[in-house]
Amino acid sequence: MKILYDGSFDGLMSVVFDCYEQKMVPTAIIKMHKYQPEMFDQVQTVETNAEKTKRVIDGLHKKMTSNAFNQLFKAFHSEFDDIELTIFNYIRLVISTKGYIGTDYRQEPILRIKQVVKMMNREIHRMHAFVRFQLTVDGIYAATVNPDFDVMPFIGEHFRKRYADQLWLIYDVQRDYGIYYDMQKLQTIHIENPEWTANKKIKDSLLADKEKSFQNMWQQYFSSTSIAERKNMKLHLQHVPKRYWKYLPEKSA
Amino acid sequence: MKASVTDKLKILADAAKYDVSCASSGSKRNNKNKGLGNATGMGICHSYTEDGRCVSLLKILLTNHCIYDCAYCVSRKSNDIKRVAFTVEEVVDLTINFYRRNYIEGLFLSSGIFKNADYTNERLIRIAKKLRNEHNFNGYIHLKIIPGASPEVMREAGVYADRLSVNLEIPSERSLQKIAPEKDHKSVYTPMNWLKEQIAENREDSRKFRKTPMFAPGGQSTQMVVGATPETDHHILNLSASLYKEQLLKRVYYSGYIPISEDERLPALKQAPLIRENRLYQADWLYRFYGFEVNEIIDETQPNLDLEIDPKLGYALRHLDQFPVDVNRAPYEMILRVPGIGVKTAQLIVKSRKYGRVRYEDIKKMGAAMNRAKYFIEISGRPLPAASAVPERIRHEIIYPAKKAQLTLF
Repeated sequence: MKILYDGSFDGLMSVVFDCYEQKMVPTAIIKMHKYQPEMFDQVQTVETNAEKTKRVIDGLHKKMTSNAFNQLFKAFHSEFDDIELTIFNYIRLVISTKGYIGTDYRQEPILRIKQVVKMMNREIHRMHAFVRFQLTVDGIYAATVNPDFDVMPFIGEHFRKRYADQLWLIYDVQRDYGIYYDMQKLQTIHIENPEWTANKKIKDSLLADKEKSFQNMWQQYFSSTSIAERKNMKLHLQHVPKRYWKYLPEKSA
Repeated sequence: MKASVTDKLKILADAAKYDVSCASSGSKRNNKNKGLGNATGMGICHSYTEDGRCVSLLKILLTNHCIYDCAYCVSRKSNDIKRVAFTVEEVVDLTINFYRRNYIEGLFLSSGIFKNADYTNERLIRIAKKLRNEHNFNGYIHLKIIPGASPEVMREAGVYADRLSVNLEIPSERSLQKIAPEKDHKSVYTPMNWLKEQIAENREDSRKFRKTPMFAPGGQSTQMVVGATPETDHHILNLSASLYKEQLLKRVYYSGYIPISEDERLPALKQAPLIRENRLYQADWLYRFYGFEVNEIIDETQPNLDLEIDPKLGYALRHLDQFPVDVNRAPYEMILRVPGIGVKTAQLIVKSRKYGRVRYEDIKKMGAAMNRAKYFIEISGRPLPAASAVPERIRHEIIYPAKKAQLTLF
């Protein structure tokens, strides 16, 4: 049985509820907008229901630590095709086991969640590292990014604590939303008809006067701090994969 | 003609790059009063150089003017190069603007020595002070302490900096005298020991009194140049161990000597000893995070690390009597000693085995490098078929895996 849902984490919790109530065994749990019908598919669509979602989440909090629950929430944002079913199977293990099972990494879903969370954390860390703000004419430090996973919900705090005295915006151009800090609070925002350049960068005409000169100095610094005699591009690429270069002034010039 | 900031950056970043440290970790500094920046404790590499080193800090010299003539250093007095100096304003402005764009975690400021140690250090401190007091900057600051610095100057440095470092540079006094005639180890150890006391006292005070101001919250580190002088790895690693134990350093850095100078006091190397440097770092990690003693990693009979295999594998091959390790029963510390099993995998194994027997596939999925681990573990009371009592054979199979496949083919 393939189950379709609206693609939200709350929606997935409603799926868990319905599966238990109706004794359904899902073979796949798929975001509605991603579903491509195949012949002989048995499909059921689950509507998101706030009451059902709440009952599942409350129930899980009784069976697992809030830290373990947050790991599921984080893993969900990896958007891997198998992630819904993995979370479902993880929850099934939690519910069917007496006592705590969260560290039995011999169990497929438990190890998989652990590994996906590790990948998420790496991507979050990469955003902490690779976001490059550009000062715009309206005095906003703005950055466009294109992370492998949906990490926006997990990076705002870091930047809020660090850049408390400047306006900033980080925008995920692929998922078409971002976070904006107005020096008071974080906001999730969606920009209607954004005017990026062809490769989804901020247009030069929107940049503040001295912006380019700081980028040039940063490029100069970057090349001067490298040691030619030690050049090791394999190692370099391992640390800074090419897909991130576009938004790094030191690599895209 | 007056040099532009970009010209200065080019020269003074180039001259600072041989200081390999770029760590921004180990300090915790919160963002105060809605100011700029913080230090999170874990450190972030914002980029990596083409040689694969972390770029975390804006690492520059204040100036490359220098009264010393150390053979291993590009900025030595006798070297015919262009000399420039940043102004205080220029360094502050670069730091703030790079930081606001999320290029860096902070500033690592060092300098050629003009006049004397204290005079130079005071200039570095002035910049740190301005960043902290006038710009409410809470990012990471690493200041170099020039050998011979006085307590008064260091006391002020510790107030503004997260980390301080006095570089040992050359691992033995005798070699140092030969290639850096103005320096001696005493001028390094005196400030290092003073800082150690000061840091310890500060930590003690902050446990007792809540409002104790921070003093170098990221501790102190040092660097040694490797390969410019004849010291063995045995000598170097014992020296590091004593620096960790006695001086309580946070990090010892090893900088493979890059033949930058034609100076006749130095050996004519063709290439920097990069593999050796890498092996020293691996050995350093074994000492700090894996519970190895120095004499388990290296002894006088073979005073240099094996360049072909990592030091943990080297240890295992020299101590085959300690293996195979039973992953279902052995204590965590022993599992950590298995080549191919790191801290993360070892933790997963000991957590999981509480629920039942851990199998070969489990360990593999948990991330162990089985090409090495398979020689040193047993799973259900018996070693894996790969285990062999002949260290030479294991060593050969690990170094030349492809050749082995070829042999079995015929």
